[in-house]
Amino acid sequence: MVAILYLISALLFIFALRGLSHPESSRMGNIFGVIGMIIAVFTTLMFKSVLSYYEIGAAILIGGAIGSFIALRIEMTALPQLVAAFHSLVGLAAVFVAAAAFYDPVAFSIGKVGSIKTASLVEMSIGTFIGAITFSGSVLAFGKLQGTISGKPIVFKFQHLINAVIFLLIIFLIILFVINQSPTIFWTIVIVSILLGFLVVIPIGGADMPVVVSMLNSYSGWAACGIGFTLSNNLLIITGALVGASGAILSYIMSKGMNRSIINVVLGGFGGEQDTSASKDNSDKIVKQGNAEDAAYIMKNADSVIIVPGYGMAVAQAQHALREMGDILKKEGIEVRYAIHPVAGRMPGHMNVLLAEANVPYEEVLELDEINHDFPMTEVSFVIGANDVTNPAAKTDESSPIFGMPILDVEKSQSVLFVKRSMATGYSGVDNELFYRDNTTMLFGDAKKMCEDIVKSLSA
Amino acid sequence: MEAHSSEVFVIGLTVFFLACIIGYYVVWSVTPALHSPLMGVTNAISSVIIVGAILAAGPQGFDTSKIFGLIGVVLASVNIFGGFLVTYRMLSMFKKKTKKTKEKE
Repeated sequence: MVAILYLISALLFIFALRGLSHPESSRMGNIFGVIGMIIAVFTTLMFKSVLSYYEIGAAILIGGAIGSFIALRIEMTALPQLVAAFHSLVGLAAVFVAAAAFYDPVAFSIGKVGSIKTASLVEMSIGTFIGAITFSGSVLAFGKLQGTISGKPIVFKFQHLINAVIFLLIIFLIILFVINQSPTIFWTIVIVSILLGFLVVIPIGGADMPVVVSMLNSYSGWAACGIGFTLSNNLLIITGALVGASGAILSYIMSKGMNRSIINVVLGGFGGEQDTSASKDNSDKIVKQGNAEDAAYIMKNADSVIIVPGYGMAVAQAQHALREMGDILKKEGIEVRYAIHPVAGRMPGHMNVLLAEANVPYEEVLELDEINHDFPMTEVSFVIGANDVTNPAAKTDESSPIFGMPILDVEKSQSVLFVKRSMATGYSGVDNELFYRDNTTMLFGDAKKMCEDIVKSLSA
Repeated sequence: MEAHSSEVFVIGLTVFFLACIIGYYVVWSVTPALHSPLMGVTNAISSVIIVGAILAAGPQGFDTSKIFGLIGVVLASVNIFGGFLVTYRMLSMFKKKTKKTKEKE
């Protein structure tokens, strides 16, 4: 009976993910997920060994209240941090469950204290190891995304060698743990894994965060899998594998969006190496500056506008003002569409959520390969808070660190409007030659303020 | 006993690989526009680890293992409620949009 209920729960989780293939079916998918979770929890509560309903109920209420409070209050621009924070909790929960299994193996029928089955010990320590890495890695990612810790990659000598040595040390500790089952060694594995989690994320820069967040997503799944093997629980194994696969695919898509291998991202140090290649001097080139009225004029006289949003739009919370601008243009009979680069923002799909929040219909929001061939037929590209993802150097300059990265071909449209705070380079540290082209107009200022001003000029 | 436990492990491994394959195909079918909600949902469902935490917190009385279990239940609950709710918020924005604009048009 239990096995069947768990199976139903696992199937519902698969349907939950399947629902996300289209916005229309996605809400139902989320409901499937909720039902699956309710079934899983109540099935477990029915176990004969589970008696302390009050304590467990209280724990669920406390956790649920905290989780609900955060989820309902969070700003959509802060989603990446939130997801990172949530990942850290999954990792930590995995560590606690593994610890509980170690201290009370009878409750999980995996042996007795001091004589736990070898296979269970191996699985337990692997679950602990991945859980602890997920925890500390996510905490650090959270700090970087939130801005409490510098987003700059921190690189030091022998970094990879140190990580490799720590990894070998953990394997050694796991072997030792399996042999003598000592609590001291168990907690040493936890601490050393936490340290490794920090070290793995520390060299990764702000722009690589979409990959890191996806990767940690994947880890949290593998951690659940490890615990699933420990408890011989198929539901945990299936769910963990689904989440692990999902995170891995997202990491792959994100690193492909930057034309880098996952290994390259994990080894890190992206922001630290470009000094050499970014040194091309552009100070003598002329930049054409414009203001909101110029932008309004240019767009009003166009037939089609493609808006390219980036992380800068999120930072400035400009999505609502931007949508207002789009609405006015649409009323004028101008075709307005949005082009999303896979790595725009700080997590996969970040821009889509922000535009959805601002009531932009999702039919107007297109992915890179859906819209890229339309730029030559487009009169105005309006780039707001994006930079590297439009840089033609990715196609032409082999020495550029972003060479080979797929870009949105805004350069092919008749004119380009660039909303930027300053002439600063993007996160990759590379200068963008688009700024100096004749058909480019730079609009310096805060993204939100600029959109509001354009709206004013358009309605005037 | 040994034979039995290795059998259990192989069954687990079978389930694991099949689930990975299902995950692979299901996730590739997710539209890129919904990648953020995907992270929200996976985050919530990976907290099914609460099952293990409940088992640890289950027995009466208080010992180390039970305290760990209860902490696990709290942490996983934060994620379950938080993950599903934030996904719900994201998805309802995607849905509302089309309806609203269709009404407008």
